[in-house]
Amino acid sequence: MTSTMIVLIVGILVVLTAVYISWRAGRLDRLHIRLELAQESLGAALMRRRAVVLELAGSRLLDPATSLVLAAAAHEARSAGPEEREHAESDLSRALRAVADQERFREKLSESPGGRALLEELDGAVAKVVYSRRFYNNAVSVTRAAQDRWLARTLRLAGYTEYPQFFEIDDNPPAAMATE
Amino acid sequence: MRVGIVCPYTWDVPGGVKQHIDDLAQALIAQEHEVSVIAPAADDDELPPYVTGAGRAIPVPYNGSVARMSFGFLSAARVRRWVRTGGFDVLHIHEPLIPSLGVLACWAAKGPIVATFHASFSRSRAIAVAEPLLRSALEKLSGRIAVSDAARKSLVEQFGGDTVLIPNGVTVARYTEAEPLDGWGPDGATLGFLGRMDEERKGLPILLDAFRTLAAERPGVKLLIAGPGDEKDVFERVPKELRDRVTVLGMVSEADKIRAYHSVDVFVAPNTRGESFGIVLAEAMASGATVLASDIPAFRKVLGDGQAGALFANRDPASLAREAAALLDAPERRAKLAAEALVAVRKYDWSTVARDVVRVYETVTTSGAGRVEEDL
Repeated sequence: MTSTMIVLIVGILVVLTAVYISWRAGRLDRLHIRLELAQESLGAALMRRRAVVLELAGSRLLDPATSLVLAAAAHEARSAGPEEREHAESDLSRALRAVADQERFREKLSESPGGRALLEELDGAVAKVVYSRRFYNNAVSVTRAAQDRWLARTLRLAGYTEYPQFFEIDDNPPAAMATE
Repeated sequence: MRVGIVCPYTWDVPGGVKQHIDDLAQALIAQEHEVSVIAPAADDDELPPYVTGAGRAIPVPYNGSVARMSFGFLSAARVRRWVRTGGFDVLHIHEPLIPSLGVLACWAAKGPIVATFHASFSRSRAIAVAEPLLRSALEKLSGRIAVSDAARKSLVEQFGGDTVLIPNGVTVARYTEAEPLDGWGPDGATLGFLGRMDEERKGLPILLDAFRTLAAERPGVKLLIAGPGDEKDVFERVPKELRDRVTVLGMVSEADKIRAYHSVDVFVAPNTRGESFGIVLAEAMASGATVLASDIPAFRKVLGDGQAGALFANRDPASLAREAAALLDAPERRAKLAAEALVAVRKYDWSTVARDVVRVYETVTTSGAGRVEEDL
Protein backbone atom coordinates (compact mmCIF):
# COMPACT_ATOMS: atom_id res chain seq x y z
CA MET A 1 0.00 0.00 0.00
CA THR A 2 1.43 3.35 -0.95
CA SER A 3 1.58 6.18 1.51
CA THR A 4 -0.78 8.28 -0.61
CA MET A 5 -3.44 5.63 -0.26
CA ILE A 6 -3.02 5.48 3.49
CA VAL A 7 -3.35 9.24 3.68
CA LEU A 8 -6.43 9.05 1.48
CA ILE A 9 -8.12 6.38 3.59
CA VAL A 10 -7.32 8.16 6.84
CA GLY A 11 -8.61 11.38 5.29
CA ILE A 12 -11.91 9.75 4.28
CA LEU A 13 -12.32 8.26 7.74
CA VAL A 14 -11.71 11.64 9.37
CA VAL A 15 -14.26 13.30 7.11
CA LEU A 16 -16.87 10.59 7.76
CA THR A 17 -16.35 10.82 11.52
CA ALA A 18 -16.65 14.59 11.37
CA VAL A 19 -19.87 14.36 9.36
CA TYR A 20 -21.30 11.85 11.82
CA ILE A 21 -20.36 13.94 14.85
CA SER A 22 -21.78 17.11 13.37
CA TRP A 23 -24.98 15.27 12.47
CA ARG A 24 -25.25 14.03 16.05
CA ALA A 25 -24.54 17.49 17.39
CA GLY A 26 -27.14 19.00 15.07
CA ARG A 27 -29.70 16.48 16.21
CA LEU A 28 -28.97 17.22 19.85
CA ASP A 29 -29.22 20.92 19.15
CA ARG A 30 -32.61 20.41 17.60
CA LEU A 31 -33.75 18.47 20.65
CA HIS A 32 -32.64 21.33 22.88
CA ILE A 33 -34.68 23.79 20.83
CA ARG A 34 -37.69 21.52 21.07
CA LEU A 35 -37.22 21.17 24.81
CA GLU A 36 -37.08 24.93 25.22
CA LEU A 37 -40.28 25.37 23.25
CA ALA A 38 -42.00 22.66 25.28
CA GLN A 39 -40.90 24.34 28.48
CA GLU A 40 -42.18 27.67 27.24
CA SER A 41 -45.56 26.24 26.41
CA LEU A 42 -45.75 24.44 29.77
CA GLY A 43 -44.98 27.72 31.52
CA ALA A 44 -47.63 29.48 29.45
CA ALA A 45 -50.23 26.78 30.21
CA LEU A 46 -49.60 26.95 33.94
CA MET A 47 -49.78 30.72 33.90
CA ARG A 48 -53.03 30.62 31.98
CA ARG A 49 -54.56 28.16 34.40
CA ARG A 50 -53.66 30.37 37.36
CA ALA A 51 -55.09 33.39 35.58
CA VAL A 52 -58.40 31.67 34.76
CA VAL A 53 -58.73 30.35 38.31
CA LEU A 54 -58.09 33.84 39.70
CA GLU A 55 -60.67 35.27 37.33
CA LEU A 56 -63.18 32.65 38.42
CA ALA A 57 -62.42 33.40 42.07
CA GLY A 58 -62.98 37.11 41.49
CA SER A 59 -66.04 36.70 39.30
CA ARG A 60 -68.63 36.79 42.14
CA LEU A 61 -70.27 33.80 40.48
CA LEU A 62 -69.18 31.51 43.31
CA ASP A 63 -69.80 31.62 47.03
CA PRO A 64 -67.14 33.50 49.03
CA ALA A 65 -65.64 30.37 50.64
CA THR A 66 -65.12 28.64 47.30
CA SER A 67 -63.68 31.83 45.84
CA LEU A 68 -61.24 32.05 48.71
CA VAL A 69 -60.06 28.45 48.29
CA LEU A 70 -59.40 29.04 44.59
CA ALA A 71 -57.78 32.45 45.00
CA ALA A 72 -55.46 31.19 47.74
CA ALA A 73 -54.34 28.16 45.71
CA ALA A 74 -53.76 30.24 42.57
CA HIS A 75 -51.86 32.85 44.54
CA GLU A 76 -49.65 30.22 46.18
CA ALA A 77 -48.87 28.75 42.78
CA ARG A 78 -48.04 32.15 41.36
CA SER A 79 -45.70 33.19 44.14
CA ALA A 80 -44.00 29.81 44.63
CA GLY A 81 -40.25 29.71 44.13
CA PRO A 82 -38.67 27.16 41.80
CA GLU A 83 -38.34 24.64 44.64
CA GLU A 84 -42.00 24.72 45.70
CA ARG A 85 -43.48 25.14 42.25
CA GLU A 86 -44.41 21.52 41.66
CA HIS A 87 -46.08 21.35 45.06
CA ALA A 88 -48.00 24.56 44.63
CA GLU A 89 -49.27 23.63 41.16
CA SER A 90 -50.37 20.20 42.44
CA ASP A 91 -52.22 21.93 45.27
CA LEU A 92 -53.96 24.12 42.73
CA SER A 93 -55.09 21.00 40.84
CA ARG A 94 -56.44 19.54 44.08
CA ALA A 95 -58.25 22.72 45.04
CA LEU A 96 -59.78 22.89 41.60
CA ARG A 97 -60.96 19.28 41.88
CA ALA A 98 -62.45 19.90 45.30
CA VAL A 99 -64.38 22.84 43.91
CA ALA A 100 -65.42 21.58 40.49
CA ASP A 101 -66.46 18.14 41.71
CA GLN A 102 -69.12 19.59 43.97
CA GLU A 103 -72.53 18.45 42.92
CA ARG A 104 -74.13 20.59 40.23
CA PHE A 105 -71.10 22.91 40.11
CA ARG A 106 -71.00 22.99 36.33
CA GLU A 107 -74.74 23.38 35.89
CA LYS A 108 -74.94 26.23 38.37
CA LEU A 109 -71.95 28.03 36.93
CA SER A 110 -73.13 27.73 33.34
CA GLU A 111 -76.56 29.11 34.29
CA SER A 112 -75.09 32.38 35.56
CA PRO A 113 -74.26 35.18 33.10
CA GLY A 114 -70.73 34.83 31.77
CA GLY A 115 -70.36 31.54 33.62
CA ARG A 116 -70.46 29.30 30.57
CA ALA A 117 -67.64 31.15 28.84
CA LEU A 118 -65.55 31.04 32.00
CA LEU A 119 -66.20 27.33 32.38
CA GLU A 120 -65.07 26.69 28.82
CA GLU A 121 -61.93 28.70 29.41
CA LEU A 122 -61.25 26.71 32.55
CA ASP A 123 -61.73 23.40 30.72
CA GLY A 124 -59.27 24.52 28.07
CA ALA A 125 -56.72 25.77 30.58
CA VAL A 126 -56.86 22.54 32.61
CA ALA A 127 -56.52 20.35 29.51
CA LYS A 128 -53.60 22.35 28.20
CA VAL A 129 -51.67 21.90 31.45
CA VAL A 130 -52.09 18.13 31.05
CA TYR A 131 -51.08 18.20 27.38
CA SER A 132 -48.14 20.55 27.66
CA ARG A 133 -46.73 18.73 30.68
CA ARG A 134 -46.87 15.38 28.86
CA PHE A 135 -45.15 16.91 25.84
CA TYR A 136 -42.54 18.60 28.02
CA ASN A 137 -41.72 15.41 29.94
CA ASN A 138 -41.54 13.55 26.66
CA ALA A 139 -39.05 16.10 25.35
CA VAL A 140 -37.06 15.73 28.58
CA SER A 141 -36.77 11.96 28.26
CA VAL A 142 -35.78 12.13 24.59
CA THR A 143 -33.18 14.83 25.27
CA ARG A 144 -31.81 12.95 28.25
CA ALA A 145 -31.41 9.80 26.17
CA ALA A 146 -29.49 11.78 23.53
CA GLN A 147 -27.28 13.51 26.12
CA ASP A 148 -26.52 10.20 27.80
CA ARG A 149 -25.05 8.71 24.66
CA TRP A 150 -21.38 7.86 24.86
CA LEU A 151 -20.40 10.18 22.03
CA ALA A 152 -22.34 13.12 23.44
CA ARG A 153 -20.81 12.68 26.88
CA THR A 154 -17.22 12.22 25.69
CA LEU A 155 -17.27 15.18 23.33
CA ARG A 156 -19.56 17.28 25.56
CA LEU A 157 -21.88 17.83 22.62
CA ALA A 158 -24.51 19.27 24.92
CA GLY A 159 -22.16 22.15 25.76
CA TYR A 160 -23.16 23.93 28.92
CA THR A 161 -26.87 23.20 28.82
CA GLU A 162 -28.27 21.81 32.04
CA TYR A 163 -29.36 18.22 32.37
CA PRO A 164 -33.13 18.53 31.81
CA GLN A 165 -35.47 17.80 34.72
CA PHE A 166 -38.95 16.28 34.56
CA PHE A 167 -41.84 18.37 35.81
CA GLU A 168 -43.83 16.12 38.11
CA ILE A 169 -47.16 17.41 39.37
CA ASP A 170 -50.63 16.10 40.05
CA ASP A 171 -52.56 17.59 37.14
CA ASN A 172 -55.57 15.29 37.17
CA PRO A 173 -58.52 17.33 35.99
CA PRO A 174 -61.82 17.45 37.87
CA ALA A 175 -63.90 14.35 37.12
CA ALA A 176 -66.50 16.23 35.12
CA MET A 177 -63.87 17.73 32.83
CA ALA A 178 -61.77 14.65 32.33
CA THR A 179 -61.55 13.61 28.72
CA GLU A 180 -59.34 10.61 29.44
CA MET B 1 -55.50 27.75 12.13
CA ARG B 2 -54.10 26.09 9.00
CA VAL B 3 -53.78 22.37 9.61
CA GLY B 4 -52.07 19.82 7.37
CA ILE B 5 -53.15 16.23 8.03
CA VAL B 6 -51.26 13.19 6.75
CA CYS B 7 -53.21 9.97 6.15
CA PRO B 8 -51.13 6.80 5.71
CA TYR B 9 -53.78 4.59 4.11
CA THR B 10 -55.44 4.88 0.76
CA TRP B 11 -58.49 7.14 0.69
CA ASP B 12 -60.83 4.94 -1.37
CA VAL B 13 -60.76 1.94 1.00
CA PRO B 14 -62.87 2.22 4.14
CA GLY B 15 -60.96 1.80 7.38
CA GLY B 16 -60.76 3.02 10.95
CA VAL B 17 -57.85 5.43 10.52
CA LYS B 18 -59.20 6.91 7.30
CA GLN B 19 -62.63 7.37 8.88
CA HIS B 20 -61.03 9.03 11.91
CA ILE B 21 -59.14 11.46 9.70
CA ASP B 22 -62.19 12.30 7.60
CA ASP B 23 -64.34 12.91 10.69
CA LEU B 24 -61.61 15.02 12.30
CA ALA B 25 -61.09 17.06 9.13
CA GLN B 26 -64.81 17.77 8.82
CA ALA B 27 -65.14 18.70 12.49
CA LEU B 28 -62.16 21.06 12.19
CA ILE B 29 -63.59 22.65 9.06
CA ALA B 30 -66.92 23.12 10.87
CA GLN B 31 -64.99 24.99 13.58
CA GLU B 32 -63.58 27.26 10.85
CA HIS B 33 -60.08 25.92 10.65
CA GLU B 34 -58.45 25.47 7.26
CA VAL B 35 -57.64 21.84 6.61
CA SER B 36 -55.65 20.06 3.92
CA VAL B 37 -55.33 16.27 4.00
CA ILE B 38 -52.75 14.36 1.98
CA ALA B 39 -53.51 10.68 1.38
CA PRO B 40 -52.48 7.92 -1.00
CA ALA B 41 -54.86 8.14 -3.96
CA ALA B 42 -54.65 7.73 -7.69
CA ASP B 43 -54.85 10.90 -9.77
CA ASP B 44 -58.23 9.96 -11.22
CA ASP B 45 -59.83 9.12 -7.85
CA GLU B 46 -62.68 11.31 -6.75
CA LEU B 47 -61.61 13.11 -3.60
CA PRO B 48 -63.27 15.65 -1.32
CA PRO B 49 -62.00 19.21 -1.89
CA TYR B 50 -59.81 19.12 1.21
CA VAL B 51 -57.91 15.98 0.18
CA THR B 52 -54.75 15.96 -1.97
CA GLY B 53 -53.64 12.73 -3.62
CA ALA B 54 -50.05 11.59 -3.16
CA GLY B 55 -49.99 8.92 -5.82
CA ARG B 56 -51.42 5.46 -6.17
CA ALA B 57 -51.15 3.15 -3.18
CA ILE B 58 -49.34 -0.14 -3.43
CA PRO B 59 -50.41 -3.20 -1.43
CA VAL B 60 -47.51 -4.38 0.72
CA PRO B 61 -47.25 -6.90 3.51
CA TYR B 62 -46.31 -5.12 6.72
CA ASN B 63 -46.44 -6.25 10.31
CA GLY B 64 -48.51 -9.33 9.62
CA SER B 65 -51.13 -7.93 7.26
CA VAL B 66 -51.38 -6.37 3.83
CA ALA B 67 -51.91 -2.63 3.75
CA ARG B 68 -52.25 -0.25 0.85
CA MET B 69 -49.71 2.50 1.31
CA SER B 70 -47.68 5.09 -0.58
CA PHE B 71 -43.94 5.40 -0.68
CA GLY B 72 -41.11 5.94 -3.14
CA PHE B 73 -39.64 8.97 -4.89
CA LEU B 74 -42.86 10.21 -6.42
CA SER B 75 -44.78 10.20 -3.14
CA ALA B 76 -41.83 11.71 -1.27
CA ALA B 77 -41.63 14.56 -3.77
CA ARG B 78 -45.37 15.20 -3.57
CA VAL B 79 -45.36 15.23 0.23
CA ARG B 80 -42.42 17.64 0.19
CA ARG B 81 -44.19 19.98 -2.20
CA TRP B 82 -47.37 19.81 -0.15
CA VAL B 83 -45.43 20.73 3.00
CA ARG B 84 -43.57 23.56 1.24
CA THR B 85 -46.61 25.18 -0.33
CA GLY B 86 -49.13 24.43 2.42
CA GLY B 87 -48.22 27.24 4.82
CA PHE B 88 -49.41 25.13 7.75
CA ASP B 89 -49.45 26.30 11.35
CA VAL B 90 -49.36 22.71 12.48
CA LEU B 91 -48.76 19.36 10.80
CA HIS B 92 -50.78 16.41 12.09
CA ILE B 93 -49.35 13.02 11.11
CA HIS B 94 -51.32 9.82 11.65
CA GLU B 95 -49.47 6.56 12.29
CA PRO B 96 -45.91 7.86 11.83
CA LEU B 97 -44.50 4.37 12.40
CA ILE B 98 -46.16 2.98 9.27
CA PRO B 99 -43.89 3.09 6.20
CA SER B 100 -46.17 5.38 4.27
CA LEU B 101 -46.84 9.10 3.92
CA GLY B 102 -46.45 9.70 7.67
CA VAL B 103 -42.77 8.77 7.70
CA LEU B 104 -42.21 10.78 4.52
CA ALA B 105 -43.87 13.84 6.06
CA CYS B 106 -41.76 13.48 9.20
CA TRP B 107 -38.65 13.61 7.04
CA ALA B 108 -39.81 16.47 4.87
CA ALA B 109 -41.06 18.86 7.53
CA LYS B 110 -39.94 20.71 10.63
CA GLY B 111 -41.77 22.96 13.05
CA PRO B 112 -44.86 22.16 15.12
CA ILE B 113 -45.66 18.52 14.32
CA VAL B 114 -48.25 16.44 16.14
CA ALA B 115 -48.78 12.71 15.65
CA THR B 116 -51.66 10.38 16.45
CA PHE B 117 -50.99 6.70 17.13
CA HIS B 118 -53.93 4.41 16.37
CA ALA B 119 -52.75 0.83 16.32
CA SER B 120 -51.20 -1.03 19.16
CA PHE B 121 -48.23 -3.05 17.98
CA SER B 122 -46.17 -5.77 19.53
CA ARG B 123 -42.38 -5.74 19.59
CA SER B 124 -41.88 -6.99 16.08
CA ARG B 125 -38.63 -7.56 14.26
CA ALA B 126 -39.58 -5.01 11.63
CA ILE B 127 -39.86 -2.34 14.30
CA ALA B 128 -36.66 -3.48 16.02
CA VAL B 129 -34.69 -3.23 12.77
CA ALA B 130 -36.13 0.15 11.87
CA GLU B 131 -35.95 1.53 15.39
CA PRO B 132 -33.06 4.02 14.96
CA LEU B 133 -34.73 5.36 11.85
CA LEU B 134 -38.15 5.64 13.49
CA ARG B 135 -36.63 7.14 16.60
CA SER B 136 -35.17 10.06 14.69
CA ALA B 137 -38.57 10.63 13.08
CA LEU B 138 -40.25 10.51 16.49
CA GLU B 139 -37.77 13.09 17.80
CA LYS B 140 -39.36 15.65 15.53
CA LEU B 141 -42.80 15.33 17.10
CA SER B 142 -43.74 18.13 19.47
CA GLY B 143 -46.90 16.36 20.62
CA ARG B 144 -48.03 12.76 20.64
CA ILE B 145 -51.64 11.57 20.87
CA ALA B 146 -52.83 8.00 21.41
CA VAL B 147 -56.43 7.00 20.65
CA SER B 148 -56.52 4.19 23.19
CA ASP B 149 -54.71 2.90 26.23
CA ALA B 150 -53.42 -0.03 24.18
CA ALA B 151 -51.88 2.28 21.57
CA ARG B 152 -50.36 4.45 24.25
CA LYS B 153 -48.94 1.46 26.10
CA SER B 154 -47.22 -0.10 23.12
CA LEU B 155 -45.72 3.22 22.06
CA VAL B 156 -44.39 4.02 25.51
CA GLU B 157 -43.04 0.51 26.04
CA GLN B 158 -41.19 0.55 22.74
CA PHE B 159 -39.99 4.12 22.52
CA GLY B 160 -40.42 5.65 25.99
CA GLY B 161 -41.73 9.15 26.64
CA ASP B 162 -45.35 9.97 27.18
CA THR B 163 -48.49 10.69 25.18
CA VAL B 164 -51.86 12.26 25.77
CA LEU B 165 -54.98 10.17 25.28
CA ILE B 166 -57.74 11.50 23.05
CA PRO B 167 -60.22 8.74 22.15
CA ASN B 168 -62.10 8.40 18.89
CA GLY B 169 -65.25 10.41 18.45
CA VAL B 170 -68.69 9.60 17.13
CA THR B 171 -70.41 11.84 14.62
CA VAL B 172 -73.66 11.91 16.57
CA ALA B 173 -75.70 13.56 13.81
CA ARG B 174 -74.96 10.64 11.47
CA TYR B 175 -76.74 8.24 13.83
CA THR B 176 -79.77 10.13 15.05
CA GLU B 177 -81.99 9.56 11.99
CA ALA B 178 -82.44 6.20 10.26
CA GLU B 179 -85.13 3.77 9.17
CA PRO B 180 -85.26 0.44 11.02
CA LEU B 181 -84.20 -2.62 8.99
CA ASP B 182 -86.94 -4.14 6.82
CA GLY B 183 -89.23 -6.28 8.89
CA TRP B 184 -87.79 -4.96 12.11
CA GLY B 185 -88.60 -2.11 14.39
CA PRO B 186 -88.85 -1.37 18.05
CA ASP B 187 -91.90 -3.42 19.04
CA GLY B 188 -91.29 -3.60 22.76
CA ALA B 189 -89.65 -7.02 22.58
CA THR B 190 -86.43 -6.76 20.56
CA LEU B 191 -82.93 -6.99 22.02
CA GLY B 192 -79.84 -6.11 20.00
CA PHE B 193 -76.13 -6.88 20.02
CA LEU B 194 -73.31 -5.60 17.83
CA GLY B 195 -69.70 -6.76 17.85
CA ARG B 196 -67.44 -9.69 17.13
CA MET B 197 -69.37 -12.87 17.88
CA ASP B 198 -66.32 -15.01 18.59
CA GLU B 199 -64.45 -12.68 20.91
CA GLU B 200 -64.92 -13.65 24.52
CA ARG B 201 -64.53 -10.13 25.89
CA LYS B 202 -67.41 -8.82 23.77
CA GLY B 203 -69.57 -10.99 25.99
CA LEU B 204 -72.03 -12.47 23.51
CA PRO B 205 -72.20 -15.86 25.35
CA ILE B 206 -73.44 -14.06 28.47
CA LEU B 207 -76.19 -12.40 26.46
CA LEU B 208 -77.16 -15.73 24.88
CA ASP B 209 -77.42 -17.39 28.29
CA ALA B 210 -79.57 -14.55 29.53
CA PHE B 211 -81.69 -14.75 26.39
CA ARG B 212 -82.45 -18.43 27.12
CA THR B 213 -83.98 -17.51 30.47
CA LEU B 214 -85.73 -14.47 29.09
CA ALA B 215 -87.19 -16.18 26.01
CA ALA B 216 -88.52 -19.09 28.05
CA GLU B 217 -90.55 -16.65 30.15
CA ARG B 218 -91.57 -14.27 27.37
CA PRO B 219 -92.81 -15.73 24.10
CA GLY B 220 -92.44 -12.52 22.08
CA VAL B 221 -88.83 -11.62 22.83
CA LYS B 222 -86.41 -11.60 19.86
CA LEU B 223 -82.67 -11.10 19.53
CA LEU B 224 -80.90 -9.33 16.65
CA ILE B 225 -77.15 -9.88 16.30
CA ALA B 226 -74.78 -8.07 13.93
CA GLY B 227 -71.02 -8.33 13.63
CA PRO B 228 -68.27 -10.48 12.20
CA GLY B 229 -67.86 -14.10 13.26
CA ASP B 230 -69.37 -17.52 12.71
CA GLU B 231 -73.13 -17.84 13.28
CA LYS B 232 -72.68 -21.53 14.16
CA ASP B 233 -71.10 -20.48 17.46
CA VAL B 234 -74.23 -18.53 18.24
CA PHE B 235 -76.78 -21.20 17.38
CA GLU B 236 -74.89 -23.89 19.25
CA ARG B 237 -75.52 -21.97 22.42
CA VAL B 238 -79.24 -21.51 21.81
CA PRO B 239 -81.72 -24.41 22.29
CA LYS B 240 -83.49 -25.57 19.10
CA GLU B 241 -86.93 -24.29 20.02
CA LEU B 242 -85.58 -20.73 20.46
CA ARG B 243 -83.45 -20.56 17.32
CA ASP B 244 -86.10 -18.96 15.13
CA ARG B 245 -86.18 -16.03 17.55
CA VAL B 246 -82.49 -15.25 17.08
CA THR B 247 -81.43 -13.49 13.88
CA VAL B 248 -77.77 -13.24 12.92
CA LEU B 249 -76.99 -10.59 10.31
CA GLY B 250 -73.22 -11.13 10.24
CA MET B 251 -71.06 -8.28 8.95
CA VAL B 252 -73.20 -5.28 8.02
CA SER B 253 -72.53 -2.10 6.10
CA GLU B 254 -72.15 1.20 7.93
CA ALA B 255 -75.66 2.23 6.86
CA ASP B 256 -77.23 -1.06 7.94
CA LYS B 257 -75.41 -0.84 11.25
CA ILE B 258 -77.12 2.45 11.99
CA ARG B 259 -80.46 1.00 10.89
CA ALA B 260 -79.85 -1.96 13.20
CA TYR B 261 -79.45 0.39 16.17
CA HIS B 262 -82.82 1.86 15.25
CA SER B 263 -84.42 -1.60 15.03
CA VAL B 264 -84.12 -2.62 18.67
CA ASP B 265 -85.78 -1.70 21.95
CA VAL B 266 -82.83 -2.52 24.17
CA PHE B 267 -79.26 -2.48 22.94
CA VAL B 268 -77.14 -4.82 25.05
CA ALA B 269 -73.38 -4.30 25.57
CA PRO B 270 -72.25 -7.29 27.66
CA ASN B 271 -68.49 -6.65 27.30
CA THR B 272 -66.59 -8.33 30.11
CA ARG B 273 -63.47 -6.13 30.19
CA GLY B 274 -61.20 -3.79 28.27
CA GLU B 275 -63.01 -1.16 26.23
CA SER B 276 -61.20 1.95 27.38
CA PHE B 277 -64.06 3.67 25.62
CA GLY B 278 -67.09 1.91 24.21
CA ILE B 279 -67.46 3.27 20.71
CA VAL B 280 -70.32 0.85 20.05
CA LEU B 281 -72.03 2.07 23.17
CA ALA B 282 -71.68 5.69 22.05
CA GLU B 283 -73.07 4.85 18.61
CA ALA B 284 -76.09 3.13 20.14
CA MET B 285 -76.66 6.12 22.41
CA ALA B 286 -76.41 8.51 19.46
CA SER B 287 -79.01 6.39 17.61
CA GLY B 288 -81.48 6.92 20.43
CA ALA B 289 -81.46 3.29 21.57
CA THR B 290 -81.98 2.34 25.19
CA VAL B 291 -78.73 0.82 26.40
CA LEU B 292 -78.21 -2.02 28.86
CA ALA B 293 -74.51 -2.53 29.56
CA SER B 294 -72.23 -4.47 31.87
CA ASP B 295 -71.04 -2.42 34.83
CA ILE B 296 -67.34 -2.36 33.87
CA PRO B 297 -65.72 0.99 34.81
CA ALA B 298 -65.57 2.33 31.24
CA PHE B 299 -69.28 1.75 30.62
CA ARG B 300 -70.27 2.98 34.05
CA LYS B 301 -68.51 6.23 33.21
CA VAL B 302 -70.02 6.64 29.74
CA LEU B 303 -73.51 5.92 31.11
CA GLY B 304 -73.14 8.29 34.06
CA ASP B 305 -73.60 5.51 36.65
CA GLY B 306 -76.89 4.38 35.16
CA GLN B 307 -78.34 7.82 34.38
CA ALA B 308 -78.08 7.39 30.62
CA GLY B 309 -78.50 3.62 30.40
CA ALA B 310 -79.17 0.62 32.59
CA LEU B 311 -76.34 -1.49 34.04
CA PHE B 312 -76.14 -5.15 35.01
CA ALA B 313 -73.56 -7.07 37.03
CA ASN B 314 -70.63 -7.94 34.76
CA ARG B 315 -70.49 -11.61 33.60
CA ASP B 316 -73.84 -12.39 35.28
CA PRO B 317 -76.49 -13.70 32.82
CA ALA B 318 -79.16 -13.78 35.55
CA SER B 319 -78.62 -10.10 36.31
CA LEU B 320 -78.71 -9.29 32.60
CA ALA B 321 -81.99 -11.20 32.14
CA ARG B 322 -83.54 -9.45 35.15
CA GLU B 323 -82.55 -5.96 34.01
CA ALA B 324 -83.61 -6.62 30.42
CA ALA B 325 -87.02 -7.86 31.57
CA ALA B 326 -87.46 -4.79 33.74
CA LEU B 327 -86.62 -2.53 30.81
CA LEU B 328 -88.96 -4.33 28.41
CA ASP B 329 -91.78 -3.86 30.91
CA ALA B 330 -91.17 -0.13 31.31
CA PRO B 331 -91.46 1.79 28.03
CA GLU B 332 -91.45 5.11 29.86
CA ARG B 333 -88.19 4.33 31.61
CA ARG B 334 -86.72 3.24 28.28
CA ALA B 335 -87.67 6.54 26.68
CA LYS B 336 -86.24 8.50 29.58
CA LEU B 337 -82.91 6.62 29.48
CA ALA B 338 -82.69 7.06 25.71
CA ALA B 339 -83.28 10.80 26.05
CA GLU B 340 -80.59 11.06 28.75
CA ALA B 341 -78.24 9.04 26.53
CA LEU B 342 -78.61 11.55 23.69
CA VAL B 343 -77.42 14.28 26.06
CA ALA B 344 -74.60 12.22 27.57
CA VAL B 345 -73.20 11.15 24.20
CA ARG B 346 -72.51 14.73 23.20
CA LYS B 347 -69.32 14.47 25.22
CA TYR B 348 -68.10 11.89 22.70
CA ASP B 349 -69.18 13.79 19.62
CA TRP B 350 -66.48 14.64 17.13
CA SER B 351 -66.93 18.35 17.76
CA THR B 352 -65.84 17.77 21.37
CA VAL B 353 -62.97 15.49 20.36
CA ALA B 354 -61.83 18.00 17.72
CA ARG B 355 -61.83 20.72 20.37
CA ASP B 356 -59.37 18.65 22.42
CA VAL B 357 -57.21 18.10 19.35
CA VAL B 358 -57.19 21.85 18.73
CA ARG B 359 -55.99 22.33 22.31
CA VAL B 360 -53.07 20.06 21.47
CA TYR B 361 -52.38 22.17 18.37
CA GLU B 362 -52.46 25.32 20.46
CA THR B 363 -50.09 23.76 23.00
CA VAL B 364 -47.41 23.08 20.38
CA THR B 365 -47.79 26.31 18.43
CA THR B 366 -46.61 28.73 21.10
CA SER B 367 -45.07 31.97 19.90
CA GLY B 368 -41.51 30.71 19.43
CA ALA B 369 -42.42 27.57 17.52
CA GLY B 370 -42.92 29.21 14.13
CA ARG B 371 -44.73 27.50 11.27
CA VAL B 372 -44.31 24.20 9.52
CA GLU B 373 -41.47 24.44 7.01
CA GLU B 374 -39.67 22.20 4.63
CA ASP B 375 -36.71 20.45 6.26
CA LEU B 376 -33.89 20.53 3.71
